[in-house]
Amino acid sequence: MKPDTFTKNAGLLLEEPLIFEKGSLNASGVDMPEPPKVDSSLGGFARKDAPELPGLSEPESVRHFTRLSQKNFGIDTGMFPLGSCTMKHNPRLNEKIARLPGFSQAHPLQPVSSVQGSLGVLWHITEWLKDLTGMAAVDLTPAAGAHGELCGLFLIKEAFKARGELKQRTTILIPDSAHGTNPATAAQCGFQIKSIPSADNGLLDVDALRAATDHTTAGLMLTNPNTCGLFERDTLEIANILHSNGAYYYCDGANFNALLGQVKPGDLGVDVMHINLHKTFSTPHGGGGPGSGPVVMIEELAPFAPLPFVKKAKDGTFSLVEENPSSLGRIKGFHGQVGMFIRALSYMLSYGIDGLTQVSSDAVLNATYIQHHLKDILGLFSTEPCMHEVLFDDGALRKDGLETLDLAKILEDEGFHPMTTYFPLVVRGAMLIEPTETESKEQLDQFINTIKYWMERTKTEEMKERFKKAPLYTPRRRFNEAATARNPKLRWYKK
Amino acid sequence: MTKYFSREHEWIEIQDNNEALIGITSYAIEQLGDVVFIEFPSPGTEISAGKECAVIESVKAASELYAPMSGKVLEKNVALEDSPATVNKDNSVWFLKVQLSSPKEVTALMDEKTYQSYITSLET
Repeated sequence: MKPDTFTKNAGLLLEEPLIFEKGSLNASGVDMPEPPKVDSSLGGFARKDAPELPGLSEPESVRHFTRLSQKNFGIDTGMFPLGSCTMKHNPRLNEKIARLPGFSQAHPLQPVSSVQGSLGVLWHITEWLKDLTGMAAVDLTPAAGAHGELCGLFLIKEAFKARGELKQRTTILIPDSAHGTNPATAAQCGFQIKSIPSADNGLLDVDALRAATDHTTAGLMLTNPNTCGLFERDTLEIANILHSNGAYYYCDGANFNALLGQVKPGDLGVDVMHINLHKTFSTPHGGGGPGSGPVVMIEELAPFAPLPFVKKAKDGTFSLVEENPSSLGRIKGFHGQVGMFIRALSYMLSYGIDGLTQVSSDAVLNATYIQHHLKDILGLFSTEPCMHEVLFDDGALRKDGLETLDLAKILEDEGFHPMTTYFPLVVRGAMLIEPTETESKEQLDQFINTIKYWMERTKTEEMKERFKKAPLYTPRRRFNEAATARNPKLRWYKK
Repeated sequence: MTKYFSREHEWIEIQDNNEALIGITSYAIEQLGDVVFIEFPSPGTEISAGKECAVIESVKAASELYAPMSGKVLEKNVALEDSPATVNKDNSVWFLKVQLSSPKEVTALMDEKTYQSYITSLET
């Protein structure tokens, strides 16, 4: 709704133009003297017009960015059912620890004797990840999940090279419900991609996997729990099919939040897996910080692991191993995202192993609570028990001529971030809800009751119209999605 | 001319000299939502039945166009490349014109009536 005010502000909902559209160069935080005239030595290439820089005083620029931040919806604003797969609550204690001067002031080129604490963090988090995953070795250096995938497939390639089978192993198998990064990574590594269909219950079709696996198979990339929020319970059979054909079992660890402390991927037959510290272990990312995607692996792949890694001597001191002839080399500058290791270790130590087990239990409980209360309201995709996220299809909406996007936009009016929509692709009009472990029962009830309220109001033409018009109360109304994809305006031009 | 349909929701219309037009069904279009971009194979490319032959990007997802039958691409619909939204208005618009290499493959496809009952079975 357009406010009827002169300023177009509606109380605390403040309109804010682009920074280039306000202020002038004459206004700035610092008064600079007029520079003396100089002769350019750029041979005629010197700029003739002044650059179109914005000019704001300090309080104006503080207000500008504060107002923009108020238009954003993040995990600190309200319930964010995209879940750990995108961002879960970032405990503030982690930030306090990462800001300790001994960590925050360290330089990666300092002598190792002067950064024993930081190296200790790397060693301890390596041991924690080994314990939690039941794997033999860890490479901490990948900078994000997809980088971890790349590292994992590099390791598999190195192993085949050592076995003299690199030419023969041409294909990576990927379920049709996979994250898009999986086939992208396999293609980047030069593999052919063979898609494995999901069975009707949303799990990997094991017979299709068996039929597709042979001596040309390099491996399978599988997310567990999968993107439908279901535990791939045939994991041992899957591992057996792969291993008996000499192929490797790669696990995408994006959904590790459901498994923490409950089962170890090493016991599920997995050979190599990346872990998103910025998902499962609560480190901030997106606008707020880099990701971090350590890779855990079985003994057989460990000789090829990237460098460097930290070694602990008998006297308790730490050193860096920077050379190893069988290693595939470095895949990242210095030691990886050290700031994230500090935050993630702070998270692990503040919960302890019993607390981390409670994290996954509560994450699954919260999703199951939503499944229980909404299963008769929205179309439930599968009757399998859900793990940390629950998947609905658009059956109930479509019956009344509405679609997933309409419900997502209504949630914006209600002050919720929409759930994941239209993913995974194997489910029609998918709505994937992951509340995470930190939402209270009261918050979950409010979310459930909000969806119930609107799903009881899908019948009349008037209410359908209301759905189609949503959102009404956000700073901007529903975008023309086709136009934003086709003609995005990515630059500001002076009018 | 008769249209045949694949389980992946492509249609193929076989013309004279074993030339054929390939497009996608209204069911596929409804699933995709507004199409924003189509990546075509260039004329001369060999396509094989059941394999990806083009990429269709919509506001919801990027999906593949699977070749209903094998052959060689004779022509791509350049008008559609420039304005992909046309497909949302008209489901009879063709994507590719191909020279079929194995016309017998048509037996693996569905006729209109079978396809209609196939999508009805997907709805339930």
